[in-house]
Amino acid sequence: MKEIVINPVTRIEGHAKVTIFLDENDEVKEARFQVTDFRGFEKFCEGRPFYEMPSITSRVCGICPVSHLLASVKACDQIASVIIPETAERLRRLMHFGQIIQSHALSFFHLSSPDLLLGMDYSPMKRNIFELIEKYPEIAKRGIFLRRFGQQIIERLSGKRIHSGEWIMPGGVKTPLSKEKRDMILRDTPEALKMIQVTLEEFKKSIERFRDEVESFGNFPTYYLGLVSEKGLLEHYDGKIRIVGPDGEIVADNLEPTKYFEYIGEAVEPWSYMKFPYYKQKGYPAGVYRVGPLARLNIVQKCGTPMADKELREYRKLGKNGIVESTFLYHYARLIEILYSVEKVKEMLEDPKILDENVQAKSYASREEGVGVAEAPRGTLIHHYKVDRNGKIIWTNLIIATENNNLAYNMAITQVAKKYVNGKRLDEGMLNRVEAVIRAFDPCLSCATHTWGRMPLSIHLYDSRGKEVDRLIQENLP
Amino acid sequence: MSERIVKLIIDGKEIFAKPTDTILKAAIDNGIQIPTLCYLEGLTPHGGCRLCVVEVKGNPKLMTSCTTPVSNNMEIITNSPKLIKYRKQIIELLLAERIHTCSVCIANGSCELQELASKFGVDHTNVSRNWERFELDMSHERFVLDHNRCILCTRCIRVCDEIEGVHTLDIKRRGKDSMIIVDLDEPWSASYSCTSCGKCSAVCPVGAIYVKGKPLSETKRKELPKFITERRRR
Ligand code: SF4
Ligand code: SF4
Ligand code: FES
Ligand SMILES: [Fe+2]
Repeated sequence: MKEIVINPVTRIEGHAKVTIFLDENDEVKEARFQVTDFRGFEKFCEGRPFYEMPSITSRVCGICPVSHLLASVKACDQIASVIIPETAERLRRLMHFGQIIQSHALSFFHLSSPDLLLGMDYSPMKRNIFELIEKYPEIAKRGIFLRRFGQQIIERLSGKRIHSGEWIMPGGVKTPLSKEKRDMILRDTPEALKMIQVTLEEFKKSIERFRDEVESFGNFPTYYLGLVSEKGLLEHYDGKIRIVGPDGEIVADNLEPTKYFEYIGEAVEPWSYMKFPYYKQKGYPAGVYRVGPLARLNIVQKCGTPMADKELREYRKLGKNGIVESTFLYHYARLIEILYSVEKVKEMLEDPKILDENVQAKSYASREEGVGVAEAPRGTLIHHYKVDRNGKIIWTNLIIATENNNLAYNMAITQVAKKYVNGKRLDEGMLNRVEAVIRAFDPCLSCATHTWGRMPLSIHLYDSRGKEVDRLIQENLP
Repeated sequence: MSERIVKLIIDGKEIFAKPTDTILKAAIDNGIQIPTLCYLEGLTPHGGCRLCVVEVKGNPKLMTSCTTPVSNNMEIITNSPKLIKYRKQIIELLLAERIHTCSVCIANGSCELQELASKFGVDHTNVSRNWERFELDMSHERFVLDHNRCILCTRCIRVCDEIEGVHTLDIKRRGKDSMIIVDLDEPWSASYSCTSCGKCSAVCPVGAIYVKGKPLSETKRKELPKFITERRRR
């Protein structure tokens, strides 16, 4: 059996390796997505005071720290038995929208647009954001604007761009929003709306060109899991868990997020440090489910904002029974979520309650356990802590958004590999497609120890005895 | 006359001081800044951190300015490449001895050690770091004692003893194994002597003793010992 290893995958956050197994006839048998980097955050936290958790765990990731912060702080709110002031919740949500916008913009414009616009067969040395700026300056500009718009929301609320671990705190948030800062963000929203709308129009027009990718990039039935609001609308901060089946039927609804272990199983495989969550009632691996933008749009009745809902109706025409299966369409779903988030930011800022100054409730540790769940840009994120009677962490469990999709990665990569991999040689176009399907999920693997575009790409070819017979290394993609 | 006033030179500047003054006091009174860490106005000088070392002409050893009294015709240098080198090393060693990961520390942004490190441009340590972990004492209703951040400056011990007057805190063992203890090495919640006054948390330069549920910026009060001693009748 031959083994092809793509290592590490470039332009995704963190370290990863793809291994493709060939059978005796050089046909693709199976593909695996491996995470070889173990960071041991769970161990690291033991013995620390619970209120340090938001700041510690928001360092799990440099791309979506706010999502970790929220899941963590919600677990802490429970340990402290505190109900936070209404405006504290509004401000937390507002910051999270900033996070979603900036993260989705990064994924779509900076990481994936080079594939989408320059083409999968474009020279890998030049298939990056810089070439994009050169060839499609308008699009690159929009990406930069939207990303900054999201980042500035975070920055203006907390005073820091990346780690806001001190602003979001158990019991609420540290400081209220000032009128000037509110007006500054509000001033940019019309432009942000325009930019995301133009991008959506263009993407829709281009979809025809990607028919192959839509068909073969992780296009398969799974379950879909995520939070929905009380009314079944799109929800990123609170709400209840809903699980929808491959045909669009709601198989479980109104599930208490804090009881995730009753319906989410966590399998482990010896070849990866990443866990394999599955829908318990269907078993492993049949209970494979997906999370993130695609899943969220599959489980909700509507988004809940006018422009996003109009887009959602059109988007759903691409699926069966309103269920969109193709992993490639995560990109599309991400754009709709950006639109939704900008609409929400505007709506929230126009409500004067956002300026309320009561944003903190005081409390100490009083319960022994807390579970915080939020919808990170990449999907459902769970933080679960247990503390001793003084509030010292004795046990933690995190299910990272990216992990939820773990089973689906392998299915998606196998599907792409079967179509594009020719076992006899390493061809760049197919490698690019394997990478591109992973990027469609927008995984965030360990944390931002590496930024996009600066990782060397190495490809190894093994023969049936496990001997390396070929190797391809591209030093430092620019 | 010469009994009551001494003349000395600090950094080339001629100054006058009382014979009971320390070099540090004489310097401060004349607008000369010397970096300090364990020293805190209002508490007995401890001379432990050695950040305040100065060169004294004719003396091959570096002297801690917070504990060394002035004397007539002393010539002192408070800032030289050699002194800067030593100060940097001291900061590095302090950072390496316990777990000082500022980014996840409760004191981030209001820590005197962090401030010194950034002032002296210490952004890494050349010695390998000690990652030994110590158990926190979170048993007190209001305060936390986190040995993992303690730099053993003894400010807390001195303020508790000299200002609050109960001497709840002390130190056990020696050298790098030294640890702050409560009463006879008991959990803080079991302390009979502690009055829960919070002075220790007000003066701790790092995030080792702090008030639960409050940002450090709100609870740090470095000037407290000075403020109290000045109001006491001598
Ligand atoms: S709270 Fe007051 S009495 Fe108790 S240890 Fe601290 S300084 Fe001493
Ligand atoms: S607890 Fe704080 S004040 Fe006390 S010795 Fe340690 S660092 Fe100094
Ligand atoms: S300040 Fe003088 S030895 Fe610490
Ligand atoms: Fe992340």
